[in-house]
Amino acid sequence: MVNSPSTDLECINISKTFGSVLAVDNVSFEIPRGSFFSILGPSGCGKTTLIRMIAGFEQPDSGEIHIKGKSVLNTAPNKRNVKMVFQHLALFPMMNVYENIAYGLRCNGVAKDEIDQRVNNVLKRIALPDVGEREIHQLSGGQKQRIAVARCMVLDPDVLLLDEPLGALDLKLREAMKIELKLLQHQFDTTFIYITHDQSEALVMSDRVAIMNQGQFEQVGTPQELYHAPRSAFVAGFVGDSNRWAGQTVAAAGSAVRVKTEDGLELLANPYGAAAATGGRAVDIFIRPEFITVERAGGARAAPESGHNTLNGVVDSLLFNGANSRALVRSASSHLIEADIVLTGGNEDLQPGENVTLIWPADQTMCFAT
Amino acid sequence: MQKDIRRLSLILLFAPFALWIVLLILLPHVGMVFLSLREKIAPRVYEFGFANYIEFFNEPIYWNTLVRTGSMSLLVTVLALIIGFPIAYYIAKIAGPRVRGALFLFCLVPLWVSDLIRAFGWILLLRETGVVSNILQWTGLAAAPVEMLYNDVTVVIGLVYTVILFMIVPLASTLDGMDNSMIEAGYNLGGRGTTVLRRIIIPYAMPGIASGCIIVFMLTAGSYLTPILLGGKNSSWFTEQIYDQFITRYNWESGAAFGMLLLAFTSLVVWLGLRLTGQSLANTVTKT
Repeated sequence: MVNSPSTDLECINISKTFGSVLAVDNVSFEIPRGSFFSILGPSGCGKTTLIRMIAGFEQPDSGEIHIKGKSVLNTAPNKRNVKMVFQHLALFPMMNVYENIAYGLRCNGVAKDEIDQRVNNVLKRIALPDVGEREIHQLSGGQKQRIAVARCMVLDPDVLLLDEPLGALDLKLREAMKIELKLLQHQFDTTFIYITHDQSEALVMSDRVAIMNQGQFEQVGTPQELYHAPRSAFVAGFVGDSNRWAGQTVAAAGSAVRVKTEDGLELLANPYGAAAATGGRAVDIFIRPEFITVERAGGARAAPESGHNTLNGVVDSLLFNGANSRALVRSASSHLIEADIVLTGGNEDLQPGENVTLIWPADQTMCFAT
Repeated sequence: MQKDIRRLSLILLFAPFALWIVLLILLPHVGMVFLSLREKIAPRVYEFGFANYIEFFNEPIYWNTLVRTGSMSLLVTVLALIIGFPIAYYIAKIAGPRVRGALFLFCLVPLWVSDLIRAFGWILLLRETGVVSNILQWTGLAAAPVEMLYNDVTVVIGLVYTVILFMIVPLASTLDGMDNSMIEAGYNLGGRGTTVLRRIIIPYAMPGIASGCIIVFMLTAGSYLTPILLGGKNSSWFTEQIYDQFITRYNWESGAAFGMLLLAFTSLVVWLGLRLTGQSLANTVTKT
């Protein structure tokens, strides 16, 4: 396992404490070559500590880090072939773009001609061939971002670490950079480890995502697995939007389980994990807005098929956001529920104050024991 | 009406600054320039001319003293930089936030005591019957009392001690503004400690280095008490010459000329220093 050439990075049982705070708690993972791996978690979950240990700025208390099959624990940060794009990029303001990119090559004692060739080459690959002579402060946010990636990639790293590099950009640019980073990763065909607290960044770009919470990995999987088959309540709540109820299981009903929520609703839910499938357990229920259908009350409509939940309510307000528009529906017990709807701008659209019925399949009612 | 009030308040706000510049800086210097350009031909009879300046260049002891003052001030500046940089780096980058405040305070405390008292402190330590001399004799390292005052080394040590704070403060504030991840990036991209220092930390701190060096050089070249007290008659500091001309020889014309020459000389050195390091004066002010 250690020497398998298909993994670029492998971490085995890494732990790190700061004082009495356990920042990283026995984390193990391996990343196949050439993949885009994200670590997603709320701030303070230990993801930055983890990445700093991989870069060598922190030393783990226990555990092993292998890069290309070799332990790097005793390798100084400047000798590891792991490069990092910092949160605020940390481009050197006193050097121009060319010098910023050439810095690492000069440190490695590369010949002058070759430096010239490699810097120009990498500038072409990031589609900024003529910015070499510019000063850093003359670049736009997106250009800085690309230069920061190029500065690392010119050194052919085994692994590129990215520490929330999009955090400082405005929304529009962030959306564009997401796609651009993914393309850059394909182009360089290098393993990227991307740290973020923004789930949409992680879901859009990554081949695989690790959800980190309180120093531990809650779940590692493809973005789709995390979204549709979360393994814990934390993952279900953290990845994607969802409506959430706390409640208690009543009894199993076939493959489903009957749940009574705290505000008195009876719902059919799909138990995730054996613990949630038995009666009398405290559970959390998550329903994603896109699985909820909103019907006008009193409309000509067949009674819902079995295996569905229904709930009556009043439209509280409409959240218009183009194709992602939502209705906020207030249930009889004053619980606000978000449901995806289509707003065409025509007369048929829902209006606030209308009575509606919400219908969603029991299958999509995720139920986790707490 | 509204406009008048705004203009009046602007004038009132600006007045103290303008008065200060005009009355305390501009006027005295203009007066000095006029004074230095007067030639005394008979008692109470003066004529316009450059005789005071010509006298300075014709008398080697005068310009030798100025060159000596200049070169020793440069030495003090370099020493203050070499000693001050690690201290500033420690304060800004290594010490925790609470320790940082305490360290800054420790740097400031000596300033609460007057120059004179601090110089006497050195005398107490270094004179023939002083503390260091006694300790050396007591431990048997010296057979007879040792006089450590009245030589150039002592003057330089005393001056470095007096001015080093003015090096540390601008350096620490420049380094404090440096993002730590810039240093980490320097290592991450393969740089060794010396490379990071030479290519990243020092270039980044350059405005602070320049502004610290300017302040320290100007203060040293213009200092009077420390060289006189620690160097005695041997110190041959240029400010001593100016004092002599004004007070002892009552030759204000020549004293004023010397004063202008000192100003011109130090300004020239600062200008050269800025040119050589590629800094601009505005840069050293805004970036620290």
